[in-house]
Amino acid sequence: MEAFPSPYTGTAVPLRRSNVDTDQIIPASYLKRVSRTGFADGLFAAWRAEPGFVLDDPAYRGATILLAGPDFGTGSSREHAVWALQDAGFRVVISARFADIFRGNAYKGGLLPVQLDNAAVQQLMSLVETSPATPVTVDLAERAVRVEPTDGAAFSASFDIDDYAQWRLLEGLDDIELTLTAAADIAAFEATRPPFLPAALPIRG
Amino acid sequence: MSGTPRTLAEKVWDAHLVRQATGEPDLLYIDLHLVHEVTSPQAFDGLRLAGRTVRRPDLTIATEDHNVPTLNIDRPIADPVSRLQVETLRRNCAEFGVRLHSMGDAGQGIVHVIGPQLGLTQPGMTVVCGDSHTSTHGAFGALAFGIGTSQVEHVLATQTLPMDRPQTMAVTVDGRLPLGVTAKDLILAVIAQIGTGGGQGYVLEYRGEAIRALSMEGRMTVCNMSIEAGARAGMIAPDQTTFDYLSGRPHAPTGAEWEAALSYWRTLATDDGARFDREVRIDASTLSPFVTWGTNPGQGVPLSATVPEPTSHDDARALEYMALQPGTALRDVAVDTVFIGSCTNGRIEDLRAAADVLRGRQVADGVRVLVVPGSVGVKTQAEKEGLDAVFAAAGAQWRGAGCSMCLGMNPDTLAPGERSASTSNRNFEGRQGKGGRTHLVSPAVAAATAVTGRLSAPADLRSEPANGAR
Repeated sequence: MEAFPSPYTGTAVPLRRSNVDTDQIIPASYLKRVSRTGFADGLFAAWRAEPGFVLDDPAYRGATILLAGPDFGTGSSREHAVWALQDAGFRVVISARFADIFRGNAYKGGLLPVQLDNAAVQQLMSLVETSPATPVTVDLAERAVRVEPTDGAAFSASFDIDDYAQWRLLEGLDDIELTLTAAADIAAFEATRPPFLPAALPIRG
Repeated sequence: MSGTPRTLAEKVWDAHLVRQATGEPDLLYIDLHLVHEVTSPQAFDGLRLAGRTVRRPDLTIATEDHNVPTLNIDRPIADPVSRLQVETLRRNCAEFGVRLHSMGDAGQGIVHVIGPQLGLTQPGMTVVCGDSHTSTHGAFGALAFGIGTSQVEHVLATQTLPMDRPQTMAVTVDGRLPLGVTAKDLILAVIAQIGTGGGQGYVLEYRGEAIRALSMEGRMTVCNMSIEAGARAGMIAPDQTTFDYLSGRPHAPTGAEWEAALSYWRTLATDDGARFDREVRIDASTLSPFVTWGTNPGQGVPLSATVPEPTSHDDARALEYMALQPGTALRDVAVDTVFIGSCTNGRIEDLRAAADVLRGRQVADGVRVLVVPGSVGVKTQAEKEGLDAVFAAAGAQWRGAGCSMCLGMNPDTLAPGERSASTSNRNFEGRQGKGGRTHLVSPAVAAATAVTGRLSAPADLRSEPANGAR
């Protein structure tokens, strides 16, 4: 995984919807690829068919920060939702609340989920609705989202992220490599598993 | 056991700690990893790229479910992209030595139906799958949760997962469910109460008299939909109902090992005095058949209610998508399609409940009814009981096993604008097919709806003439 740049600056697009479930982010009919890339065409496929959908507004072309209502990424565990957002150029999603599985998947892939309180998200949405080209800075090291006063209405908010997730993202570390440093612990644990636990092999009829 | 009283979830968590250190997630051992074709190809690719193997193929089992057609399953899948995904799973399982139940195999079925059916899901285990409805297995007192594809790769490579310790929430359902009110109605009511985000960060533990009275099938329905309340996992303490269900299943322990397992399983229930981070209570006796009106599973009301007035922009959007007017009686809503199946309600007891309603009755004109068993095992059992004949005589279609119309990834879909009563788990926009409109219901309500063509409960049918005997 690539290290997440800090600070990161991009423009933002406001998606004023809550409960954006992963079936909306990428419908099931787009999940059939066996690769990790190529999912951008499925991103918000049904909503993109509606005229005036905000992601298709030329004013927000090139936006890499998605602002959304609360409960983003609910529903299916499909990591394709993260891949589709990344394939479409997004590096950050800002929402008042994320579904647990989505947030975990985002961390794995290096997409940064930033949780701000709803009032802050609304303020940021209004700001980029007024001035779509406003540069928004997401500073993972400082755990802050900022809009510089010289770039329009000033905005500043801090966000929480656990130390471990922050470190992994900033360093671009691979979880499997980290876990394999505990190979001896895994083997020791396995030796203590009770014999009554089931195994799928050999097959029992 | 001495020490601080602990909840069921905490006991299972603690028993799987491989490594625990300040400032990093706990490393949990995974007892069972279920795999299907949609969320695994990139994980196996990752293993290949890194030159890794599957650490414990004996604790891993795969099936084909999401893409599989439920008609003509003896022929190759017509959609070339779906076919490639299924063929990729077959190649990966062969290469890495993973047990696979392919289409046509007697063991094939929805991943969350076959684990319990085989006796592979047992109390106190950790169970994961690249599928959010893995919470189903919590019905046995297992800690079971959905994971993303990167985590699938992690479990394949290490048989462990780094996880942050979740908070715990008690969902206590006191009293008894009235006659005709089922596990599905109960969980839809719970989700309507706590909301689609209310369970985020928690493991739910369902407890109380109404939960204890549920069968294993009913408990699986309840735990299955924990994720629709935002909770990754839902659990129910194992009891005699659990042990009776497990006894004699192919992978259940036997002899002295059964006795050892039983002693362990009996220690798992939440200790008296254990503290939950949050508690909610529901009175079962106040519940009635439940149905969703909107586009998330929290937008539900009793079937006897009317479509509510929108209180937010999102509500208004949901009503527009669903083409419903506030004030309309739910019982006046006509459907085109009824879907009975899925990992929520595709088990034998669900099919029996639907057949009990359809026996001697006819599906309403113009209504398409799909009955899809959750596994080949369920299908075989249903046919042994003659349920297939009941469905066929009523005018419903009896299909092969798979995820079918739950998710619009195989040939079973709604057409744009079509409306369904569905026993599945998600009423999201487009979930059952682009432009499709979904009302989530129990198997009994689905079957009654098939008869009238409008959202209905079995009790509504009693007044209709020319019904067959129950």
